[in-house]
Amino acid sequence: MDLQNQARVKELAEQLGRDALVVLLGASEPDSASITAETICLGDPTFAGPLAGVSLRLHVYHVLEPEIKAEIDPAVFEEQLAMMEMVMDVPRLAAEVAAMRDRSRGQAAGS
Amino acid sequence: MSILAGKKIIVMGDRDGIPGPAIAACAESAGGEVVFVTTECFV
Repeated sequence: MDLQNQARVKELAEQLGRDALVVLLGASEPDSASITAETICLGDPTFAGPLAGVSLRLHVYHVLEPEIKAEIDPAVFEEQLAMMEMVMDVPRLAAEVAAMRDRSRGQAAGS
Repeated sequence: MSILAGKKIIVMGDRDGIPGPAIAACAESAGGEVVFVTTECFV
């Protein structure tokens, strides 16, 4: 995840608080979805950016996850996302991001 | 309970996937307030 974007996310989390925020991802590959979700939930795994060692535990979802799709206006979804939904591996993307949410919850329970 | 309605939304789009503005339009249609939009290139 881009270092400037890490800095911006950290700043917003500090300003607004984790419970006010939801992060939506648009990654096409499960690996990139997983790394971005990890950076946002648990900290930068490459230890290169402002989120290195910073566990924000933000609420993160892929925009194509079924529970997010259910909340989007169907006409807007059709116009903006329907084409990509057909070509992307939605179950794997959803599983990767959900796994990171679970790890984040586990870390919170353990702290 | 709604995930997006009434929340501040950070959008992390992907140049090879779904671009930030497309996600932002969807989040707003669900009642979220978009506070940051970016489109990254994952390499």
